[in-house]
Amino acid sequence: MHYQNRKYPFRTPPELMGEGRGRYPVAIIGAGPIGMAMAIDLALHGIRSVILDDNNMVSVGSRAICWAKRTLEIFDRLGIGDRMLEKGVTWKVGRLFHGKEEVYNFDLLPDDAHKMPAFVNLQQYYVEEYLVDRIADFPDLIDLRWLNKVTGEEITDDGVALHVKTSEGNYWLSADYVLACDGCKSQIRQRMGLAFEGQTFEEHFLITDVEMPEPPFESETPERWFWFKPPFHSGQSALLHKQPDNIYRIDLQLGPDTDPTEEAKPEQVIPRVKQIIGDRDFKIDWVSVYSFTCAMLEKFVHGRIIFVGDSAHVVSPFGARGGNGGIQDVDNLGWKLAAVLKGEAEPALLESYDEERRHGARENIKNSARATNFMTPKSKMEAMFRDAVLNLASDLPFARRLVNSGRLSFPCSLEGFTLQSPHTAPRGLAPGTPCPDAPLEDGWLLNQLGKEFILLTIGARAKALAPSGVKSLHFENSPGVIAQYGDDMIYLIRPDQHIAAAFEAGTDSKAIERALVRATGSLALETAI
Amino acid sequence: MSQNLDLRDRLHPHGDDFYELLMAAHDGLEFDQSAALNARLVLILANEVGDINSLTAAIERAAAS
Repeated sequence: MHYQNRKYPFRTPPELMGEGRGRYPVAIIGAGPIGMAMAIDLALHGIRSVILDDNNMVSVGSRAICWAKRTLEIFDRLGIGDRMLEKGVTWKVGRLFHGKEEVYNFDLLPDDAHKMPAFVNLQQYYVEEYLVDRIADFPDLIDLRWLNKVTGEEITDDGVALHVKTSEGNYWLSADYVLACDGCKSQIRQRMGLAFEGQTFEEHFLITDVEMPEPPFESETPERWFWFKPPFHSGQSALLHKQPDNIYRIDLQLGPDTDPTEEAKPEQVIPRVKQIIGDRDFKIDWVSVYSFTCAMLEKFVHGRIIFVGDSAHVVSPFGARGGNGGIQDVDNLGWKLAAVLKGEAEPALLESYDEERRHGARENIKNSARATNFMTPKSKMEAMFRDAVLNLASDLPFARRLVNSGRLSFPCSLEGFTLQSPHTAPRGLAPGTPCPDAPLEDGWLLNQLGKEFILLTIGARAKALAPSGVKSLHFENSPGVIAQYGDDMIYLIRPDQHIAAAFEAGTDSKAIERALVRATGSLALETAI
Repeated sequence: MSQNLDLRDRLHPHGDDFYELLMAAHDGLEFDQSAALNARLVLILANEVGDINSLTAAIERAAAS
């Protein structure tokens, strides 16, 4: 493989050096992108955690590669956004084929009002490597333990005890909260006997990473090619797109009757790749065959054990909602858990994680299942409709919009959920909206938001006193901000860069205080103000 | 293409919702039953459209594919 995985060393944990059972505010199971991002988010809030991983290296194979704008914005808040942007491939041009014919193409023009592009392609191992590097910035707050396998747990009155197995012996540690970030096959979920059911798709997919010095595209601009009924194999669809280091990802949809082991053999893979990219030099870097399920837990919060990322919900890969969905879980949970552990909020605040992120997971499952269904017609009539859509898509815009090879992952709105105030302002952005970025004179708005509650006031008439514990951020004559948020507006912004409440200038301070009480999960207290 | 055909995307933003509904209506049907469902649906939608010039244009565009 072109990428050499760094191996991280086992270090004897203090529990095995006679220091007794350690007690941690948070124990995180799994050092994948979700577990590591979780630890960094908590560290930014001053919360100490220990990460336990049964392995000793970052992801083998490129795995999750499409990181959407909102995810990049979250990673930017966590401190690795610039590295991802610098290394990642930002593609612009997409082409859609039906058989040999190009049905249409599109150009994703960059949005000058946002720091981050619609998404970048970057191998999961790079993202994990950047997260490991970033964790080293918090030596007193994050204890990352490789080759420490959690094998059991006991729930106590005031926390959870975890049993950990290592090559040097076994030990117990205690935590106020345990975050299960151990992926779609979560062992803690299985030990707890939690139902994890949903729609299973019978199709198999073959992923191939190909290293190619010369691009297959007409120019140096990276493109994304998607085929329905590709001319080069019998399956229903195929996808080609570029990753950094001249690695190209090829996804082939195989029929339900194909033998995955057979299909992954080089003598099967190489001729197919040649049919796609023509006669040019290439090397196979990584091959994987997978099938998938769309499923989610009925509850993500189980007392002091909280499920985050793939352990809580899995989706099909179309539309890139697995890794992106998980990072939004992290974003949503980090500040809430920190507030509870600091005694600034009641544990009931964590129920809003359950409410908001189950909604996000349902939306992701709905969208990815729709894409999968479009790509894998179940009957002759479904196939006819799919082909009719593709046929009309060359000149009818409505049909073009129906073509579904995966809808780009957009963050969901949290409007209407417990923490958000009702939408009463007649203009501006609605509560629950993820804050859009905006250009400032010397940087970007989103780099000013996050970590704590912020009262964002825009316009000379909108000056308002921030309630105690809330940071004030004021703009006047800032066209970039006004274009996105409106003028003479007041917003209460959550630490995860979502709008909790929106007011027009001139609102009374009581309304802002009420919104803050609501946004910190103390709805019962709200009537007292 | 006939100028009577509305080229705007009038389904947006509910295109995916509509497509899911349509597939669900066909779920579990034999091919002939599905074809019959389509026939009824075309007739009902034609009545919803009403305008004969639009219908003529739609039939021409569909037949031309």
